[in-house]
Amino acid sequence: MKLSEILLDQILIVFVAIPLVAFLFSLVWKNHQEKQISLLVLITKVAYLAFALVFSAIWIINDSGTLQFDFLTLYETDAFVFALQFHYDYLSMVFSIVGAFLFFMVTTFSKFYLHRDEGFKRFFSTILLFSFGYNLIIFAGNFETLFVGWEIIGLTSFLLIAFYRHRYLPVKNAYKTLSNYRLSDMALILVMWMVHHYMHKNVSFTELPAIAAKIATDENQGAGLFIAVMIMFAAIVKSAQFPFTSWLPRSMEGPTSSTAIFYGSLSVHIGVFVLLRTMPIWEPLPVIKWSVLVFGALTAIISTTISRIQTSVKTQIAYSSAAQIGLMFVEVALGWETLALIHFAGNAFLRTYQLLVSPSVLNYLLHHQIFHYHPPLDKPLGRIQATLYSLGVKEWNMDINMYRYVWSPFKWIGKQFGFLGNQPFYAFLLMSFMLRGTSMLEKRNYLTAASSTTLFFSIALVLTLAAFSFRGKAQSAWKLLLLAHLGLFFGFGTTAPEKQTDMYLYIGGILAAFLAGHFLLRYTEKKQGKLTLNQFSGFGFRQKNTALAFLLSTIGIIGFPITTAFIGIDVLFTYIETSQVLDMVLLTLTFIFLELAAIRIYLRVYLGPYQDEHGVIAFRTS
Amino acid sequence: MHQQIPPSLSFDEHRVIHDLKHFLPSQQALKDFIHHNTLHAFQHMKFYDAIFKAAGIFGYGMHLKLEEYRGLYHTGRIRKDVMDRIIAAKEGDTATWERKLLHENFEQNNTPRIGQLRKYWKDHFQFDLDNQVHPILFRVIAAFLDQGVSITGFPVSNKGFLDSMRQLESSSASSFFKTKAVRKRFISGDYSIHSLLTAIVGNESYFEQYLFDMHFAHPGWSGFVSAVEDNPQTLLDKRQITLSEFTAFELLMELDALTANLRSKWKPLTSVVETPPADLFAPVQKTEFQEVIACWQDAFEWSYYDGVLKGLQRWNSRPHAQKKEKSFQAIFCIDERECSLRRHIESVDEYAETLGAPGFFGVEFYFQQAGSKFYDKLCPAPVTPKYLIKEQDSSMLHNNEILYSGHTHGLMTGWLYSALGGYLAFIKTLKILFKPEMSPAISDAYSHMDKFSVLTVENKDPKDVENSLQIGYTVAEMTARAEGFLRNIGLVSNFAPLVYIVAHGSSSANNPHHGAHDCGACSGRPGATNARVMAFILNHEKVRESLAAKGISIPAQTRFLGCMHDTAADEMGYYDEQQLDKEQALQHDYNKQSFENALDLNAKERSRRFASINTKEELQKVRKEIKNRSVSLFEPRPELGHGTNTLAIIGRREISKGLFLDRRAFLNSYDPTTDPSGDILTNVMKPIGLVCGGINLEYYFSRVDNKKMGAGTKLPHKVIGLFGVANGSDGDLRPGLPWQMIEVHDPVRLMVVVEHHPDIVLKSIQSSPEVFEWYNNEWVHIMAIDPDDRSLHYFRNGGFEPYRTLMGDNEIKTIDNLKDFIETAEEMETNHIIHATKENLPVYLLEKVGN
Repeated sequence: MKLSEILLDQILIVFVAIPLVAFLFSLVWKNHQEKQISLLVLITKVAYLAFALVFSAIWIINDSGTLQFDFLTLYETDAFVFALQFHYDYLSMVFSIVGAFLFFMVTTFSKFYLHRDEGFKRFFSTILLFSFGYNLIIFAGNFETLFVGWEIIGLTSFLLIAFYRHRYLPVKNAYKTLSNYRLSDMALILVMWMVHHYMHKNVSFTELPAIAAKIATDENQGAGLFIAVMIMFAAIVKSAQFPFTSWLPRSMEGPTSSTAIFYGSLSVHIGVFVLLRTMPIWEPLPVIKWSVLVFGALTAIISTTISRIQTSVKTQIAYSSAAQIGLMFVEVALGWETLALIHFAGNAFLRTYQLLVSPSVLNYLLHHQIFHYHPPLDKPLGRIQATLYSLGVKEWNMDINMYRYVWSPFKWIGKQFGFLGNQPFYAFLLMSFMLRGTSMLEKRNYLTAASSTTLFFSIALVLTLAAFSFRGKAQSAWKLLLLAHLGLFFGFGTTAPEKQTDMYLYIGGILAAFLAGHFLLRYTEKKQGKLTLNQFSGFGFRQKNTALAFLLSTIGIIGFPITTAFIGIDVLFTYIETSQVLDMVLLTLTFIFLELAAIRIYLRVYLGPYQDEHGVIAFRTS
Repeated sequence: MHQQIPPSLSFDEHRVIHDLKHFLPSQQALKDFIHHNTLHAFQHMKFYDAIFKAAGIFGYGMHLKLEEYRGLYHTGRIRKDVMDRIIAAKEGDTATWERKLLHENFEQNNTPRIGQLRKYWKDHFQFDLDNQVHPILFRVIAAFLDQGVSITGFPVSNKGFLDSMRQLESSSASSFFKTKAVRKRFISGDYSIHSLLTAIVGNESYFEQYLFDMHFAHPGWSGFVSAVEDNPQTLLDKRQITLSEFTAFELLMELDALTANLRSKWKPLTSVVETPPADLFAPVQKTEFQEVIACWQDAFEWSYYDGVLKGLQRWNSRPHAQKKEKSFQAIFCIDERECSLRRHIESVDEYAETLGAPGFFGVEFYFQQAGSKFYDKLCPAPVTPKYLIKEQDSSMLHNNEILYSGHTHGLMTGWLYSALGGYLAFIKTLKILFKPEMSPAISDAYSHMDKFSVLTVENKDPKDVENSLQIGYTVAEMTARAEGFLRNIGLVSNFAPLVYIVAHGSSSANNPHHGAHDCGACSGRPGATNARVMAFILNHEKVRESLAAKGISIPAQTRFLGCMHDTAADEMGYYDEQQLDKEQALQHDYNKQSFENALDLNAKERSRRFASINTKEELQKVRKEIKNRSVSLFEPRPELGHGTNTLAIIGRREISKGLFLDRRAFLNSYDPTTDPSGDILTNVMKPIGLVCGGINLEYYFSRVDNKKMGAGTKLPHKVIGLFGVANGSDGDLRPGLPWQMIEVHDPVRLMVVVEHHPDIVLKSIQSSPEVFEWYNNEWVHIMAIDPDDRSLHYFRNGGFEPYRTLMGDNEIKTIDNLKDFIETAEEMETNHIIHATKENLPVYLLEKVGN
């Protein structure tokens, strides 16, 4: 082994360290210290870009091949290893260099563009955190590492869409995007879960061909197909492919420059990256290959027809970009990886540019119209033309249908259990009683351990959904979330009493987050008055720090990697066997809605329009 | 208590729609940015009555916050002596009221009356009607009005809104309605606003409030529809739409959403209304808080005015002001941004004289640029010209930006553009970041007219008519305009060899609001053409002959030259220079250098407010950076527009010449000695309220409530349909000014100072009720300064009364060295009002006065 190679895989860590360190530093300054923050970002972007270029040059010259580096094992049991691993190949290289240039250009633009914005610091901190997440994804050496990055990107996206956090629409649309992202998160969790069971260990990306080999030789292709379908689903949602495209234009609520880097370029292409990264798994499966191709082609065609009808410049770019990503899916499905990468870089640069200059379109096109206008002629209107036009205006009903067929049914279920929220204490009593009851029944063999798991998981889901649609007191909903976690805890407790450490890691983290959140809500109530989930209260306007602390509690209670619960949750999933289909469905749904319900509490209490001291409140439609 | 709606009130659809149109925002397409009083619907009332009423009805924020006034008081920007005088005059008991102003807390429950009726959908039926209706409604109306963002335009042309929608709906297999019944009703046309309201609302006496609630849930779109109905020419590609049609369509969509979602579970709204909401337009209760605010606002305003007035009184204590020999004269627009440039020109060349006139320079016409398919109106917005001036022999090229092409949004062309063009985009992005320069994507103030083209100013044949507009002016018409123009500004003798008529325009990049930076007297466009036309007229031999007959003799060697100042880039462009003779050309070259030097200084003065520029750098470097701002796509503040405007001084330059007014004064030249009867003054005063007052009040209201009356921060803005901006794709249009334009603005009303005897000034503002309303209702202050004894007279309650300044004789500080002064002036720490407006400097004297 050559010296340079050892060096190369170890210094992969620098790619993720640069943005992380910069992010932590950025927290030091105050909002108006623009010079200091700009200097930090300048150093970061130059250092990163230089590093990415030099590293790739050495890597190419040395002809080092794929690099894989086990950086740190965070947690290890007999059956489960949670390790941070890094990986470098042509794919990482392209995404890192393109990312480095875009980060460089967009932050340079933003330094001037955001001058004196009340969120100047918040913007750059979030962008740096985003960059950290992005690098974790593109340099991830296994699914776990990729997933951490994936979650960070989801969170930072949410924060930047809701950047103007005291207007209604940014908050609403941030939530909408987050809901979609949540679907892709769970798909990825299911991938990890199935891979773990299928291979009986945690696999790194260098070992993906082994999975493919096993699938190929396996008589039952169910597991393999499941993994591939979930990967494809995660990619489709994250890259805003049909029928999920409508979140993309709605996410463009932040400053033009954040819109450019997230939804014009880096974030939205992550789906393509995941497909390329996991190609060894799904490429041998013709069904999946064809599906990727069909979804891509469908998106390309539908999004193009929508794009042509859009009357808002940024929305138009969003649909055009989604259409090109659809074509990238087609290219990837056909195995034209290099072309897909060229296309990715080009599309990312083009859409970033178009978004950054989008306000100038008004002047440019009007000027063009002045010299090239032709009065419209009366033309007959055909049925197909009229239908396509109407569908385009309505974005093929994607937004409405998402609500009607995906979220609304769960909301309805939650509403039926709304009474639980009014009396969380009784719910708690009931659950303790049941815990006692089930264990007695189990002892007397009236109930199997497996069915009490299912029972408790169902309770957890019901409680979560109740919190998700609850419109009463914020604290009650917050308590329901804890109870839902307890439901899961008891459900697992009955299957795996011997795995106590994991269980305590999990519930300990949750409890800490819960208590913190609970006291923060009480504090806010003391200062501001009753906290209701029936509307947006915008209390964060007066309590910035409390709001930030509550956000941390929120992401803690949903298992974000800031408490021990994160590792606990990842391990918990491995306890569910592949045969427990119903349990897995319940657990997955619970985790989807836990996050949505928790973030909803944060949104409704701290974000949204506020009444200033003269009673003035922003228009809801503004 | 609120007044309840009398149950017998019947619904007069025509009147209600008419009233709605009156109250909705009236901003037209952004290309025609015409500043106006945002509260125009309340202008028949006294200012304070109006703002508190508007606040009570619509929930607007109409003034600074109490804490902000107190902060301004503590930083010394509100003076105690001024505050005490205001309190004494308004309330009497100084001690009690001072305590109220400074310390008392006021409980306020400011729930506006608007929206209270429609709230019942949510409160009673738990149904968010707006969420169901708005997203599709906004998309439909945007699609219908779109001017060219979309590549596939609205498929039905040349028909009204409802007819077009009906045709689309009946041809399409996919409907905008969810229920068949409503769709059928729409296509059959079997509905009226009345019948829809009966179905949705029930009790007729609530219809009016319901419609107000409905439209004020999206005032941006409703206001724009109403503006298009009234001014179809605001869209180049015209659309036929009325607010009635839009109302009917929204009601249909509401009926559809209610039926689809609540099925049989809903009843007409009024059947569930328990306590009838207050009548929208009933009087608003007077409160002590309002009085406190009125005192603070007055104190804030007079704390600034008082010093300025003191300064203005001192003019003729400077004996050396008049120089007989003039090197050149320059007539600028009255725009307050020219205030500093004029001062610098006078300092660079002490023999130069500057004057100010409304920037359309007395010529009103439509202008057709060579190759253009449209006419641009170049005069104040309310004027409808009868003349057309065409540009000929233009060699201007109109270049394209390849990456702005619609092909980037195609499927396969989009593939080519992204896979290959993306790399060009990469280079272009680097270029806009590190080498900003003019490009076709940037709005260039000089692109509206070719420097070397010919204009059809003179009409030789009255039959020369196009679209019922006469092409050019006859000699008599030219003479009338020339005479009016010169007499208004008092320039009837002592002509310099070269007289520059300096229009202004503004170049800026990535700025949908660029029209708001151009000339307000030219309907929000650069005024170069007007300057050129007036110069042509004044150089015309026959015109000069006729003028001489009327007593204005312009020396043969005097030459007028049209030019334009780019207020963002601080550059000057000259027109028709080739017509100068050799000697004039030499003088012109010399003067040009003076302009250049003055522009350097002007750029330096402006740079003190721009954090990205170090004011202490070399003049040339500062100037270059100022220019770069105007072509930088990343720069949301290419210039600060009319921010900080506060004063309008109508009189001879001498009265303001020795003062540093920090670019806050509209300066209109007028010589009372040539107009003892005040007839000319009446003409001069006509546009002042409308143009300067309109600008001032638009800035005022956008500043005090940027959320509702302004456009909010421009950073997330999306361009919609090429006529407006919105924050998001589901959002309402945002009329008003964006935050970046108003953050330095002190929200104070305009103080018009007129140099003439008070009785003459009174006569001039009483010439028409529209003019008088501005002053009588206190939307604009007016002060007469007597040319003979320098006494001040303030107009209040229908008459002028003497005003005595509070500021002492030696209290106004003097600037010893303007360079040091500019370099050390305070810069804002944040854009909170207390910090931001510290940048706005009080009045200073420019030199020690000798007596």
